[in-house]
Amino acid sequence: MDSRVDRDSPQVSSPGQNLKAWTWALTALPLVFLGYFFFYPLVSIVVTSLTREGNLDLTPFSDVLTSGSLLAVAWFTLWQAAASTVLTLVAALPVAYVLARYQFPGKRLLRALITIPFVLPTVVVGSAFLALFGSASPFGLNLTRTIWIILLAHLFYNFAVVVRTVGGLWSHIDPRMEEAARALGASRWQAFRDITLPLLRPALAAASSIVFLFTFTSFGVILILGELRFATLEVEIFRQTTAFLNFGVAAALAVLQLVGVTLILWAYSRYQERRSVSLSLKPEALVAKRPASGRARLMVAGVVVYVGLLLGTPLVLLIQRSLSVDGALGLDFYRALGESRRGSTAFISPLEAIGNSLWIAVVATIVALIVGISAATVIAMRQSRASRFFDVLLMLPLGTSAVTIGFGMLVALDWPVDLRSWTLLIPLGHALVAIPFVVRIAVPVLRSIRPELRQAAAVLGASPGRVWRELELPIAARAMAVSAGFAFAISLGEFGATSFIARPDTPTLPVAIFRFLGQPGAINFGQAMAMSTVLMAVTALVILAVDRFRVGELGEF
Amino acid sequence: MHLKSLSRDSYASWGALALAVGLTAAACSSGGSDTVTLLTHDSFDISEATLEQFTAETGLTVEILRAGDAGRMLSQAILTKDNPLADVIFGVDNAFLSRALEAGITRPYEPSRLGQVIPAYRLDASNSFTPIDFGDVCLNYDKAALAELGVDPPETLTALLPVGQAADAVEELADSLVVEDPATSSPGLAFLLATIVVFGEGESGMSWQDYWRGLRDNGVLVVSGWEQAYSGNFSAASDGDRPLVVSYASSPVAEVIFASEPPTEAPTGIVEASCFRQVEFAGILTGSDSGSAAEKLLDFMLSKEFQEDIPLNMFVFPVVSDAAVPIEFQRHTVVVEDPLRLPPELIEENRDRWIQEWTEIVLR
Repeated sequence: MDSRVDRDSPQVSSPGQNLKAWTWALTALPLVFLGYFFFYPLVSIVVTSLTREGNLDLTPFSDVLTSGSLLAVAWFTLWQAAASTVLTLVAALPVAYVLARYQFPGKRLLRALITIPFVLPTVVVGSAFLALFGSASPFGLNLTRTIWIILLAHLFYNFAVVVRTVGGLWSHIDPRMEEAARALGASRWQAFRDITLPLLRPALAAASSIVFLFTFTSFGVILILGELRFATLEVEIFRQTTAFLNFGVAAALAVLQLVGVTLILWAYSRYQERRSVSLSLKPEALVAKRPASGRARLMVAGVVVYVGLLLGTPLVLLIQRSLSVDGALGLDFYRALGESRRGSTAFISPLEAIGNSLWIAVVATIVALIVGISAATVIAMRQSRASRFFDVLLMLPLGTSAVTIGFGMLVALDWPVDLRSWTLLIPLGHALVAIPFVVRIAVPVLRSIRPELRQAAAVLGASPGRVWRELELPIAARAMAVSAGFAFAISLGEFGATSFIARPDTPTLPVAIFRFLGQPGAINFGQAMAMSTVLMAVTALVILAVDRFRVGELGEF
Repeated sequence: MHLKSLSRDSYASWGALALAVGLTAAACSSGGSDTVTLLTHDSFDISEATLEQFTAETGLTVEILRAGDAGRMLSQAILTKDNPLADVIFGVDNAFLSRALEAGITRPYEPSRLGQVIPAYRLDASNSFTPIDFGDVCLNYDKAALAELGVDPPETLTALLPVGQAADAVEELADSLVVEDPATSSPGLAFLLATIVVFGEGESGMSWQDYWRGLRDNGVLVVSGWEQAYSGNFSAASDGDRPLVVSYASSPVAEVIFASEPPTEAPTGIVEASCFRQVEFAGILTGSDSGSAAEKLLDFMLSKEFQEDIPLNMFVFPVVSDAAVPIEFQRHTVVVEDPLRLPPELIEENRDRWIQEWTEIVLR
């Protein structure tokens, strides 16, 4: 049917009305999802924890706000997150640049390698870091008992966030703008600062806000590498909940954490809006060139070595451990993965773990994309107080205590039907963490679409749905593929609330790793390392596959 | 026209629809009458064959919900008391028994074979919790590493103090111990309790606080969980450089069973004077609607089959007097004659204060 008909019969469905209904649907879906799986559990657990003999008891708040040590924890949480974010940005930007501007063999593989650390359990990474930067460090670099080992681990985990979100945009920015500035006499640095940096700002803001929230709620890294000298609010909430069963203080801390995150996000969102610019994006093939000069080749080689050392060393160490059997090389641990020694209920076959991890990740990714892209479309459509509020709301799951949400789900999700032991709750919990990623990556891209284009299309009679399908979708597809990769990785790595609560027996790769690590003996440890290597391989393969996904010429990235 | 705009809008409602369908499906799938659900911690393990026997005898299938470590499991059980996740809970230990009783998460039940349980483990007179297994948390040492240092395995806790603070302090044992945080780890808490039993609160001579100040000055390493202590820092099981670790009396057995080439002698040993006894309990959750099914599972957990299957799966000992212990256990570990113990009520009364004092002394 021709969309011209719409214009000819406005009494049935004017473009304005249509747009309204469309916007309404796109707003309602994320609100319902987040409302039920995030806000409802959150409010329930806070109220339950603060209720004493039928009355709301707010004394835990005054306890928290007057406790010097808890305020110190809050301060530490804030500054280590800021420091981790700056460090990760500085360390990862050169890599994002080289990946965006140069075409070289093995580039896809390198991009996949960068994503691997993201999914590894902190216990496993922690043991590699202690071997590399502990008292027996091969580099003579003992970083234990210092903040550096924590910052370094945060860098290791979040490198991919910066490389992929910033690199994703960078690889579509026309290099001729910078070249023109250079031709007019600007130095390399001036051209970068005045031309490229402002264009990259939305992606930089997106990446830094995600890294900040991840490190703000850092849990495993702090617990394992901090040697208990450092604690974030998240660690303290966990201790209060499971060690002291002090639910009141835990709830007060979670609310404090939430208020902090909301304020930071609000400020960020205002900044982000003022800075957003419309771009004309170019296909990557036009942007990335083979390194022609000696200088460029050196730069590419330098980045490959740099990434190899920084991210590759801990990974190689884990693989080496999985292959080292009584001091010799062997596949014994991999072979042992397949056999159940005593036919025990705790046995997990590797294929079963891979299968579970994959289907859970697929569901989580689909849900995160549907909900996230709906929300991003609404946010990008207009710049109002309401859309800013919506934006902040959607980011909250990333900055909220996973322990609190998990326990909230246990208290709340038995209504209207009992979903607490529902297998699908696991991927839905993962999607909750992945949605902010999708939104964060998609909004700058959607906003960068020139409003003239959208208006022109509308004037020519295209319905909003058609504008979306033919204009925004191909451009959004690029962002969708990047965020799909992250959603997948978040699920493979078992991020978020569901890893803190009782779950039905659907063992995934991380669950299998934990189960092996839970028992003494060389074979168990070796199998944990072997299973970690399997997780790395699965992640790399999935990211390689997702990276091939494209829609139209811009979709390639 | 209407149709067209409707179909557009429904693009977005697909997700909502799918969600609704999912919710309904979930509502239908849960709650079969011939299953009994067991809430437990991640270390729970038993043979498939044993559970199949239970199914053959009763027609009931056991569904297992693993809830993290023991602390996480208990907090979840308390939070969901009004509408429990499962019918039976297993894995509450003596350090948290009183807390669990206080919260009233289980109801009294006397399993048919309760009479067979060794009386020392029957710590709950109300029978809301039934003892299922016991084990000891002990210092483990790396035999080869100590031989290299040229020292004998320590026989007392004071051997780990700095020279000058105890008559039998061993200089070479400085910087050699790794322990778990009692706030986040159950063996960590057990070892703290062991030192409290041995040294007391300073009634005479050295208090437990003094002892931990000594350990701190002598370079004790504290980590958050058993996995890191054992597989991350213990020299016998990792690249770590600590020859002494807080683990279980049964860990040397596991080292033999899970070795690539099973050795004739375990590479590690235990310090008997450091052993603190842990008893694990199970109970029927109040609010569980599968009354007799839950009772049957609890009965079965005290049966000879289940009890004899415990050691090689969970590396702890059966609590009934008529269960045999496997040969590997007899060979590589000892059942400590006179382990350190504390009454659950006393632990409950002081636990939070002890952990906080310990934190101040050792971590701050």
